[in-house]
Amino acid sequence: MQDIVFRSEVDGNDYQRAGEASRHTKSALKRLGLPPEIIRRVGVCMYEGEINMVIHADGGTATLTVGIDKIVIELKDHGPGIPDIDLAMQEGWSTANTEAQTLGFGAGMGLPNMKRSSDEFKIDTVVGEGTTVTMTIYIK
Amino acid sequence: MTVRDVKELLEAEVLCGEDRLDEEICGCFASDFMSDILAFARDQNLLITGMLNPQVIRTAEMVDMPFIVFVRGKVPNEQMIELAEESGMVLLASRFRMYSACGILFMHDPNTKPCKTLYSDQK
Repeated sequence: MQDIVFRSEVDGNDYQRAGEASRHTKSALKRLGLPPEIIRRVGVCMYEGEINMVIHADGGTATLTVGIDKIVIELKDHGPGIPDIDLAMQEGWSTANTEAQTLGFGAGMGLPNMKRSSDEFKIDTVVGEGTTVTMTIYIK
Repeated sequence: MTVRDVKELLEAEVLCGEDRLDEEICGCFASDFMSDILAFARDQNLLITGMLNPQVIRTAEMVDMPFIVFVRGKVPNEQMIELAEESGMVLLASRFRMYSACGILFMHDPNTKPCKTLYSDQK
């Protein structure tokens, strides 16, 4: 089976529409007939990442690749980068603004949630250039 | 307990999804923090929240929670209702505060155990 690739541009200026890409991707995965628990985990990873890109990085690109035994989610932005990854990974640590908090985010759970919901989790970041988060979920 | 039971116990108004009121509630999660819902909600299909924005609908959809009760007299706007309708969700609005709403459902849940049993379970 050939890999199926979904690519979405995430608008960094629209807090109200943040999450739409994840919503459409989740619908597409349901149509592919993947197990519900796998779809739920992909949804959480991609949605948290999408929200992060809107809050911190003025948007970016979300690419989801569905292979025969795994799903790879790559979230790439050209935002400010993460100066201290260990700190960013701590539950409760957040630099989100008030607008994000009024929507129920910015509690410092985003990156830890993404790590918890994926089987493999990797952050590549350069301060001043951007961040790429890559998550893999195995289809068992 | 069905969605209709929740509606009646919480004296809630049905905003959309009238056709799903006879479905069973398998578990409930209450929070205003979307990230907490994403992190901790598991095998629960009812969300209780006082947060009012489209992210609530998208968050619930991500974790497969098709039933939402908005508490504290909060009523979602048309945009939120349309979003929920697109996904076949049920939205309810109750005047109760979150603590009271949770308490009422907990007391009427046939699976709720007496407090003594709950304590002994923790040992």
